[in-house]
Amino acid sequence: METFIQVLIDGLLSGMVYALVAAGLCLIWGVMDIINFAHGEYLMIAMYVSYWLGFLANIDPVISVVASGVFIFIIGVLTYKLIIRFTIGRPGLVALLATFGLAMFLKNFCMNRFTPNFRILSGTWLGDKTFQLGGLIFPVPQLAAGLLALIVVGIIYLIISTTKFGWAVQATAMDKEAAELMGINTEKIYVLIFGIGGACVGIAGGIMPTYLAVHPEVGSMFGLIAFVCVAMGGFGSIPGALLAGLLVGVVEALAGFYIAPVFKYIAVFALYLAVVFLRPKGIFGW
Amino acid sequence: MVSREKKLKIKDISWLTLVLLLSVLPLIPGFTANSFRMHIMILIMLYASMAQAWNIIGGYCGQVSFGHSVFFGIGAYGAGMAVVTYGGTPWLGIIIGMILAACVAVIISYPCFKLSGHYFAIATFAIVEIFNRGFLVWDWIGGALGLDYPIIEEGLKNFMWHNTKTPYYYLALLIFVLIFSIVRWLEGHRFGYYMRAVRDGQETAESLGVNSTAIKLTAMALSASMAALCGSFFVQYNLRVDPPMVMSLDTSMKFVLVTILGGSGTLAGPLLGAAVLVPLQEYTRAFWGGLGGGVDLIIFGLLIIIIVVKQPAGMIGILQYIQKAFKKTKLQEVK
Amino acid sequence: MAILEVHNVTMKFGELVACNSISFNVEEGAIVGLIGPNGAGKTTLFNCISGLYKPSGGNIFFNGEEITGLKPYEIARKGAVRTFQVVRPLKDMTVFDNVLVGAFLYSRENRIAFEKAYECLRLCNLEHLKDKIAGELTIGGKKRLEMARALATNPKLLMLDEVMAGLTTTEMKASVEVIQRLRDHGMTIMIIEHVMEGIMPIADKVIVLDGGVKIAEDVPASIVKNEKVIEAYLGTKYSKRYREKKVERTDGGAYT
Repeated sequence: METFIQVLIDGLLSGMVYALVAAGLCLIWGVMDIINFAHGEYLMIAMYVSYWLGFLANIDPVISVVASGVFIFIIGVLTYKLIIRFTIGRPGLVALLATFGLAMFLKNFCMNRFTPNFRILSGTWLGDKTFQLGGLIFPVPQLAAGLLALIVVGIIYLIISTTKFGWAVQATAMDKEAAELMGINTEKIYVLIFGIGGACVGIAGGIMPTYLAVHPEVGSMFGLIAFVCVAMGGFGSIPGALLAGLLVGVVEALAGFYIAPVFKYIAVFALYLAVVFLRPKGIFGW
Repeated sequence: MVSREKKLKIKDISWLTLVLLLSVLPLIPGFTANSFRMHIMILIMLYASMAQAWNIIGGYCGQVSFGHSVFFGIGAYGAGMAVVTYGGTPWLGIIIGMILAACVAVIISYPCFKLSGHYFAIATFAIVEIFNRGFLVWDWIGGALGLDYPIIEEGLKNFMWHNTKTPYYYLALLIFVLIFSIVRWLEGHRFGYYMRAVRDGQETAESLGVNSTAIKLTAMALSASMAALCGSFFVQYNLRVDPPMVMSLDTSMKFVLVTILGGSGTLAGPLLGAAVLVPLQEYTRAFWGGLGGGVDLIIFGLLIIIIVVKQPAGMIGILQYIQKAFKKTKLQEVK
Repeated sequence: MAILEVHNVTMKFGELVACNSISFNVEEGAIVGLIGPNGAGKTTLFNCISGLYKPSGGNIFFNGEEITGLKPYEIARKGAVRTFQVVRPLKDMTVFDNVLVGAFLYSRENRIAFEKAYECLRLCNLEHLKDKIAGELTIGGKKRLEMARALATNPKLLMLDEVMAGLTTTEMKASVEVIQRLRDHGMTIMIIEHVMEGIMPIADKVIVLDGGVKIAEDVPASIVKNEKVIEAYLGTKYSKRYREKKVERTDGGAYT
């Protein structure tokens, strides 16, 4: 029983981070109906930012996470300005393939500059520390990442659902033309949403080097899992993405522990198929 | 109506000349045995065939599948199993692989077709990942180690040649001609019109008596079995297969990208896409590979962004644009 | 003999009752008009007949066979074909190919289908536009294309949903002529029109819907004199008394 709860906790912790990665994608998907294929690569770059700041300037990820968030915010804005802007109003496949090209570019750029080697950031404040509670072990880095993820997702949700900016975002998502007629600068909303979506994944990537090795391929699987979480949660629903992220984390941990590690992802993707075959628009979709 | 048929004939003749040209071209270096150039010609044929297979369901029927690497892999494993595990000729394996791919396509597509837009795309990603990992742990088919071909007697019976690439090239050409002829035939027949009707408006098509589910499933099955055929060619040429090599998102993307960049939903698009992209990829790899890993793919990634964003109709769109511009200048000259 | 029988068809969307227990028959070889103000439930009724919606209640018979809840393509194959009010051209295909898709229901054979498609293009004055991409037509052209495409299937019952709305007077006249010619060839035609003038001179029978209920079914000459119909169309201008009655009736309609 204790092992089961321990596995469950591990799953929930990684699920929170998935939720944060997915929340960024979810915003973009919900507002612009675009799948950003380079989302996983954003994460990878954020991890490199955090790694290099830690390795070269000795700045701990806990602090440099702000820099990672800002950096990916800028990359998100640039992506919008240079690529996505031209794909608005065209079939969804166009943006998907263009961002696939971007993902290919970013991944191989890092491969070329930083080599495919795995890099581990050692001696961080949080690294390798654990915290015990009644026989259960909580790895501190994961716990911090999970809590940070929850806080950021909560803030994003509050911004979208209560602020004036959030209402403008919602209006743009529902009907771009009508929103424009009401005086909303939808172009600005799109830029900001791409930036904020990037910042979410930037924050997630910023904290992750405390417990995960950095390499050019690290983002791909996170990107795919983020797609799955967003689609499972339902079109642009942040609570949906949070729930789906947690669910994916738990299922992954359980399958990995009780069946075999290879089955982790089989279980995750099978879960996605099961959910959408029953509810074609996801858990919170309509 | 007469003029329409005549036009088609002219089109067919130009096609025949092109194919003839392609089959003669390799003969020139064929004797000097420049295997790199030959390799590129083979890859062009293979990618054009793969793209055309995808074009059936993705271009003509409008169902953008990112799952074709699964069918490609099934075809590859069909041939590979026949040779490596059972020590027979690959031909029976190829046929079984094609049939199996069609069956798998129907079974997984039936529920997926109920999904729309991104949900469908992500479902096909998920299926690729499931198959990829499933094959990795499936010992019967070789698991993560994959299948390595033994050196056996060369010839058509074993679909294997050791010192020359020319027979591979002609077999690739044969597959290419087969798939292109199928698509060419479809273009002019009821099924082809129905596919495009489903792509352009499913409800409209249904209101005109088209069973859209049946059309999509049939097109998917056909497309999958052709993809499997390409897969079995790949393994016979490569002489090795393991799951990540064939069943990966990157392989799936090749199907989609070559078609879209060439011009999806057109007969010539896949060939154009392959004829431009393959040499580009291979030569950048050959020339810039020394600058460290990934330079070729950096350039490739940039190229994809530029073409997708700037030229949505693909290279065929560029050709049409040039043709129009040419016609305009001609008209002005006449005036 | 009635080619189409509609018995107590009801269509609900949650609380909203779009069609409330509507019954009528369409005789073979007749032109039947279906009219009513905006939101009366005309298109919803068409969607139920053509299989796009599965009715919440009631039965529909075509040629003596029950077709309630069949798939749209099954109903089309039986010979009941409809057009869409909001035009839906197969927009990346040429005009000819659009019509050809319909014609393939008439015959699987290329030669016969091609001929049928040409015939319908001529009939709907689209011949000169046949190689144009359907998405690039004007709205009038798209409306004619809707009709040509449905015609090419050689239906027994042709259901036209506002094919005349938005057309110029001359275009409307041409359409009316085409419809009459089709009837003379033995086709049964059901027409939804928002405007009465287009349909009154040619219809054998007119059914009037209002607020999801059938309020009248009669020959055109009597319909124009029918008090309920006049009220339905001009009600707001006329009596206060009528308005109260309407509120009562729609309320009652929603809960029974």
